[in-house]
Amino acid sequence: MPQYLLKQIARLLLLLVVISMVAFALVGLSPVDPVQANVGQAAYISMSEEKRAALAEYWGANTPLWERYLHWASGVVQGDFGTSLRFNAPVAHVIALRAGNTLLLMAVAWAVSGLLGFALGVIAALRRGTWVDKAVKGYCFVLAGTPTFWLGLVFLMVFAVGLGWFPVGFSVPIGKSAADVTLLDAVHHLVLPALTLSVLGVANIALHTREKAIDVLESDYIRFACARGLTTWQALRRHGMRNLLLPAITLQFASISEIFGGSVLVEQVFSYPGLGQAVVTAGLGGDAALFVGIVVVSAALVFAGNLCANILYGVVDPRIRRGEAAHAR
Amino acid sequence: MPVKGTNGYDAKPHGPHTHGDAHHHHTHAASSHHGGGHHLLQVEHLEIAFRMYDPSAPYLRAQQVESAVVHDLSISVHVGEIVAVVGASGSGKTLLADAIMGLFEPNAHVSGDIWFDGELQDAAGLAALRGRGISLVPQGVSHLNPLMKVGRQVDGFPGGRKPDAARAQRRAQLFERYGLGPEVAQMYPHELSGGMARRVLLCSALMDDPKVIIADEPTPGLDLDLATTALADFRAFADAGGGVMLITHDIELALRVADRVAVFRDGTIVEETAVANFASPELLEHPFTRELWHALPEHGFLVPEGGGSC
Amino acid sequence: MPDSSARSTGARMAPLPAILHLPRRARVANRKRTVAAFAISAALLAAVVVAGQLSVEAATTADFTAKGLAPSLQHPFGTDWMGRDMFARTVSGLSTSVLVGLLAAGVSSVISLVLAAVAALGGRRADSAVTWIVDLVMGIPQLILIILISYALGKGFFGIVVAVALSHWPSLTRVLRAEILQCRQSPFVAHARKLGQSWPAIAVRHMLPYVFPQYLVGLILLFPHAILHEASATFLGFGLPPEIPAIGIILSESMSYLSAGMWWLAFFPGLALVAVILLFDVAGSNLRRIIDPHSAQE
Repeated sequence: MPQYLLKQIARLLLLLVVISMVAFALVGLSPVDPVQANVGQAAYISMSEEKRAALAEYWGANTPLWERYLHWASGVVQGDFGTSLRFNAPVAHVIALRAGNTLLLMAVAWAVSGLLGFALGVIAALRRGTWVDKAVKGYCFVLAGTPTFWLGLVFLMVFAVGLGWFPVGFSVPIGKSAADVTLLDAVHHLVLPALTLSVLGVANIALHTREKAIDVLESDYIRFACARGLTTWQALRRHGMRNLLLPAITLQFASISEIFGGSVLVEQVFSYPGLGQAVVTAGLGGDAALFVGIVVVSAALVFAGNLCANILYGVVDPRIRRGEAAHAR
Repeated sequence: MPVKGTNGYDAKPHGPHTHGDAHHHHTHAASSHHGGGHHLLQVEHLEIAFRMYDPSAPYLRAQQVESAVVHDLSISVHVGEIVAVVGASGSGKTLLADAIMGLFEPNAHVSGDIWFDGELQDAAGLAALRGRGISLVPQGVSHLNPLMKVGRQVDGFPGGRKPDAARAQRRAQLFERYGLGPEVAQMYPHELSGGMARRVLLCSALMDDPKVIIADEPTPGLDLDLATTALADFRAFADAGGGVMLITHDIELALRVADRVAVFRDGTIVEETAVANFASPELLEHPFTRELWHALPEHGFLVPEGGGSC
Repeated sequence: MPDSSARSTGARMAPLPAILHLPRRARVANRKRTVAAFAISAALLAAVVVAGQLSVEAATTADFTAKGLAPSLQHPFGTDWMGRDMFARTVSGLSTSVLVGLLAAGVSSVISLVLAAVAALGGRRADSAVTWIVDLVMGIPQLILIILISYALGKGFFGIVVAVALSHWPSLTRVLRAEILQCRQSPFVAHARKLGQSWPAIAVRHMLPYVFPQYLVGLILLFPHAILHEASATFLGFGLPPEIPAIGIILSESMSYLSAGMWWLAFFPGLALVAVILLFDVAGSNLRRIIDPHSAQE
């Protein structure tokens, strides 16, 4: 196991280095000149001459890309991700402040959509071909084709504008630092974005679980369990749950990439002060350092999700667990 | 001609049969003694059809048709006997086992009369008998949940509940009787050898204390001698008063261990006869059964003219 | 054979045996319906594209005498704060979205096909290189990657098309790679090889007919993703420029007017986009049912 973890950490580092290079190169290639884009901004005007010179060296077009990258990378090694021009703060600070909000949002959506989707998938498979199955399939089918941001807007119109249960998100000005938002604000702002993400996330996991559950129900061991007198539901509960949870959890961890993408959209719709909103602000405002920083963090999140899935697979499945033990011997 | 019941079934009680006595589409062996007017298990006029697109029609004009895979099939199992259903692999024998267990494919059309212990069963009755009178011994290790330890699986979940200590004790006894060490209970299915898996599956069936065992190809991959040894367990079960329906593609094995043989071909049982009748082809009625006889090794592997194989 | 004759008469004389199980009612959906569903959804999509191209003028014409009108018979989707007809804007936006989606998904699928062929036929090194690139691209959340690429290319039409094209190929590449590998190892290819056919001949004669249907289905199922991601990126401000009436632009603009109660600005355009996406799904899944032998009995 430690060996496996070391190998994974090495893989992660390599991946992050390559991704940071790609992100850095793409941001550097952009015709949007970060120095120019920020002239006139408060952060830029209040800057000292040396800082401006440093910035120009950091992002300026007159330094070759690889040199800028090395400069940036050497800073990263010392924990310095550069300075966010938009938020007028170190990138590491901005990310740390906002990562909590985004992780909370993603965790709620991850858990709610996972549980709901799993339950719907199992029910649909057990009632295969009936109206229940058709309703679940139809729901998933429609939601898979629904743009996240549009559903967010609909919820906003219904629950915030129409019913007035939640504040219309724009009360928090875009760009306001996360530190200025109170906890109550954050929770109040959390409900609708989390609901949007959860409702949409259900589709994938429910359809997948339904397919798997149908496979399991048609398997020899469920047939044998039924032949021993169990009802279909009893057989599935006693023999199918582990076999179903395994792929479901794996899929749910692997879908962190999509949930992150969704969180970017809902954060924008609901003005939720998280990483997604920050990355949009960074991208629109030419805040290169913050942009690259968030790209790297999102890649690390995705990697962590996949790693969790792989490790869980090993813990739950005896064929892998005992197989590895035998290998080690 | 015996008096027929509503469905052509002889409901009138009668005395023990003698060898060669024809009755209900079959002849009897000396060991096939059912004293009290009924068979342990009897299937009459079983019909299984599937709904599918007519494969011969052009794509767009194809209509859904019902194609009969099993038709007019009758078979019976008496107290204390092993009846072998012999037919080619993939000829639909497993469907017979499914029908008796009351397990139906969603797109199947199944009809027929099935009696258990003298009582006519409907679909609900057959479902109620699963694991409570009729037990299945399936083919192989794929019938065990790959993610659960063997011991818990053999214990089973009577009525969907977790098994009690008494069942674990009974399992331990069965394991001992069939030469499985206590450590086997802690293994996962992928760690079992083929022979162990076969005995584990048999123990699973015996846990439920059945009257009838349906064994669906229980000896895959074993040679004749090993398979015969393996089937001694079934013999012991039958001798203790149970009935076994042994579904197999292996006619030699069937002749070695069974009391009677039912020859399965083209979706039906063409002849149900005593093993003793295989002593000479004149005693066999159906031409296909005679072809089978000629194809046996001791009769010179004569391949029948019609190309029929088993 | 007296017994067998007695048996058949016996069966005929006996009343019908008890029914133990009946098949579920046959689904009304059949092959004709599958073909029709594909044809109709494809035709509707084509109609949307044509209508959208014809209504660009109506979509951008402001009428300050009809500002902010709620849906009515004259303006079924209402009008916006400049008096532009939302129905015309929606249809025009859908058309733009579909065209951008088609273009990007098309390019993306070609990338998939090429990389899959390289991976499956180019030896172990090429295979692991392609696998590594797939892992790399899948390691960044798709939307973030799209934003990043579009930003690098200066946003706009070119930026968003390239961004969507460069971010959607990995999953289809995996599918096609597996297909080509399976095909390559199949007996009929080995047979053709033995008969002395050259690899290009085998590829064209034996592999293309095998892989192409999978490619086509994959391509059609790629459209909805491409369209959704284009709309998302445009909504965030990284896609099409504001002067083009795209769904992402329409919804992004509508956000400023929602609190004023102008719900129709966001509701109908989004709903129409959902409908278009579903049409693509219907077309794709029905096409798969026609092509794929596994579902021929459904």
